[in-house]
Amino acid sequence: MLGYALRRVLSALPIALIAITVCFFILRLAPGGPFDTGRQLPPDTLANLRAHYNLDQPLFMQYLIYLGRLFQGDLGPSMVFDDFSVAEMLAIGLPFTMMLGFSAFTVATLVGLVAGAVAAMNQNHWPDYVLVALVMVGLVIPNFLMGSLLQLVFGVYLDWFPAGGYVPGSIPHLILPITVLALPHAGRIARLTRGSMIEVLGTNYVRTARSKGLGARLILVRHAIKPALIPVVSYLGPGLSYLLTGSLVVEQIFALPGIGKYFITGALNRDYGLVLGTTILYLFIILVLNLIVDVIYAWLDPKVRFR
Amino acid sequence: MRITSVLKAAATAGALSLLMASTALGVTLNTMNGSEPGTLDPHKASGDWQNRIIGDYIEGLMAEDAKAAPIPGQAESYTLSEDGLVYTFKLRDGIQWSDGTPVTAADFEFAFRRLFNPATASEYAYLQYPIKGGSEIAEGTMTPDSADFGVKAIDDKTLEITLEAPTPYFLDALTHYTAYPVPKHVIEAKGDAWTNVENIVGNGPFKVTEWVPGNYVKSVKSDTYYDKDNVKIDEVLYYVQDDLAAAFNRYRAGEYDILTDLPADQQKIVTDTMPGEGRFAPFQGIHYYVINQEKAPFDNVNVRKALSISINREIIGPDIWGSGEPAAYAWVPPGTGNYEGVTPYTPEYIELTYEERVAEAKKLMAEAGYTPENPLKLQLRYNTNDNHQNLAIAISAMWQEIGVQAELFNAETPVHYDALRAGDFDVGRAGWLNDYSDPSNTLELLKSGTKQADGTINWGNNYGRYSNETVDKLVTDAASEQDLAVRAKLLGDAEKLAMDEFAAIPLVWYLASNVVKPSVQGFEDNAKDTHRTRWLSKTE
Repeated sequence: MLGYALRRVLSALPIALIAITVCFFILRLAPGGPFDTGRQLPPDTLANLRAHYNLDQPLFMQYLIYLGRLFQGDLGPSMVFDDFSVAEMLAIGLPFTMMLGFSAFTVATLVGLVAGAVAAMNQNHWPDYVLVALVMVGLVIPNFLMGSLLQLVFGVYLDWFPAGGYVPGSIPHLILPITVLALPHAGRIARLTRGSMIEVLGTNYVRTARSKGLGARLILVRHAIKPALIPVVSYLGPGLSYLLTGSLVVEQIFALPGIGKYFITGALNRDYGLVLGTTILYLFIILVLNLIVDVIYAWLDPKVRFR
Repeated sequence: MRITSVLKAAATAGALSLLMASTALGVTLNTMNGSEPGTLDPHKASGDWQNRIIGDYIEGLMAEDAKAAPIPGQAESYTLSEDGLVYTFKLRDGIQWSDGTPVTAADFEFAFRRLFNPATASEYAYLQYPIKGGSEIAEGTMTPDSADFGVKAIDDKTLEITLEAPTPYFLDALTHYTAYPVPKHVIEAKGDAWTNVENIVGNGPFKVTEWVPGNYVKSVKSDTYYDKDNVKIDEVLYYVQDDLAAAFNRYRAGEYDILTDLPADQQKIVTDTMPGEGRFAPFQGIHYYVINQEKAPFDNVNVRKALSISINREIIGPDIWGSGEPAAYAWVPPGTGNYEGVTPYTPEYIELTYEERVAEAKKLMAEAGYTPENPLKLQLRYNTNDNHQNLAIAISAMWQEIGVQAELFNAETPVHYDALRAGDFDVGRAGWLNDYSDPSNTLELLKSGTKQADGTINWGNNYGRYSNETVDKLVTDAASEQDLAVRAKLLGDAEKLAMDEFAAIPLVWYLASNVVKPSVQGFEDNAKDTHRTRWLSKTE
């Protein structure tokens, strides 16, 4: 088990290096640079800025400098947020993003599983139709619209929750963002659960259990839940990594201090250090989560063995 | 049972923290401030969202009044030598940094040397290039500690600044954050970490006490500021908020006292439903199209004229954007300083009705060989933005009538300006906000490029590559002219000449859009869109 995990981690290292390399060079292929704004800087100023960030070195040298720093655990400076290094920016924003992501993940999983199971057990009856309709609503309304709607209804008109911002420790500030983040995932989990539950409930061994006279509840708990969860679990890994890396839209609308916006705004500003730093963090999160999912998967499905 | 008690506890905690947030001492001003500041170092800042915070916690030799006009700040008075080159500033008595250390002339000298030092890599250092030796230090041809540098602390209270040439807007330039002093004693002890919240020290009406990146910066009234008795706000929060539509919702929910920007299409809602709260005032900037005059047929003045006069500017603000931007027919923004005695430029075609202008444009295009059947094909580039896109669509429709077929091409901002700089466009969108209130600031955009050592021409911000020796000479002569009236006339002549030749296509003047709660007083609309918290007050 431990050996399996270790092998997985080691095999991920070359993948990480390739990803960083590709990302580094693709970023530089994009036209425009961090100092191309509406006004051109005098040549001397530009030269000073470029020298300050080592951008005056040949590209391959810059790559080596970056890797050298990286091996010492330094993600380099941000070119837009001068008073912080990339590592500092990420360290400040990550705890919030993870807290928000985990909360949304928990809500989405609980709501999704319950809704999916209830719908499956009432297949083609009204609870099923109502739940499926709600799930579709959660899935099809894009988060920027959902965010603005909730903000307007609950923040401005009803005044139940703050319309945005974050005060450390305040739960009311988190209700609307968590809802917006959780909705589409709850929808997807509910659909997956419903589908696989219906499939499992139709299998031979469930029929056998039923014919032996087992009650519906016992069948569900003892025989149906575990196998029905397998497709859901394989979704949970990517789903969680998506939530943990933060959401540009939710953070922008609710003005939250997370890291979700750094990747996109960094790319648009050509803040090379920030984009690379964020990429490395995402790589790390995705790697760890995939590992965890694989382990859980093996526990759920006896056919999967650690190889 | 257990779940309800958890919920109850959570709700109580939430309510408590809300309570704590709202029961701060004294008067709190909540300002929507745009992007994460990223730096509070005046030598590294480059945007208005940084300026709002920095200008509240540091004060330069000159400060801004409520209407953003320069008034004495840390300097109580100054004298100017007869040749217009040497300013001698006398600092106020008793001025202090927020840690109690006196502010001295040496802090200013240290700050200016640090500003130009190549190691600082200051983006906006060039705004202070009128100072003797400034550009040489930045270029590396003069050492940062050179005795020839134009800023000298004569004694603790006296600072002498020598300029390269007489500069009528210099006092205005001194209100810019690049001219702010920095605390020498803190920087020498802490280096670049001096702006960390635990080290930061300023000399302005407020001092920074909290900085949560991505969330807010909090400043409280400073008790070491010389004019503290007249500062009425006790605490100001500058909130990070990038999404403008969401910002407006939060303003409506009462979470902000001041919105410093608004989506253009919401201007009407504000004007209709919140009378008096929308503050849409002209501010010194121009939104324009550049025409690449290195390419045929855009080197033909009549083609440029046709492109320009066939645009109906009057409908851009009200109809295309749903906002109030006034049409621009000239180059120097209205209200620009040091331009007294110059009749505002109006083009000859202003006499014609729009239909007559289109007919004239059609005729000019036909003479150049283009008709709706055989149109001139051009690429119109703009940086990705809803307003820019709507404008480009409308203008390409107006051009269709006169025999121009425009292909629209948009790109994100760095790519867009990269292409303009490289000359890789036919017609491109650009905008300019004045750095200081002086006609030379916008007219420099039309000066010819300078030849580089490698033989290429650096066109600077003159993307259209307009070049006219007479305009160049008028602008250059004005730079060394001491008589303000003569100088204004030289610049006025340059504007007229360039505009008569359709050097670029002015479209609209920028509009500052602030939304201010009726409870906030002292917010004066001004052409620099600068509103220091020092002048504001708030009633509950």
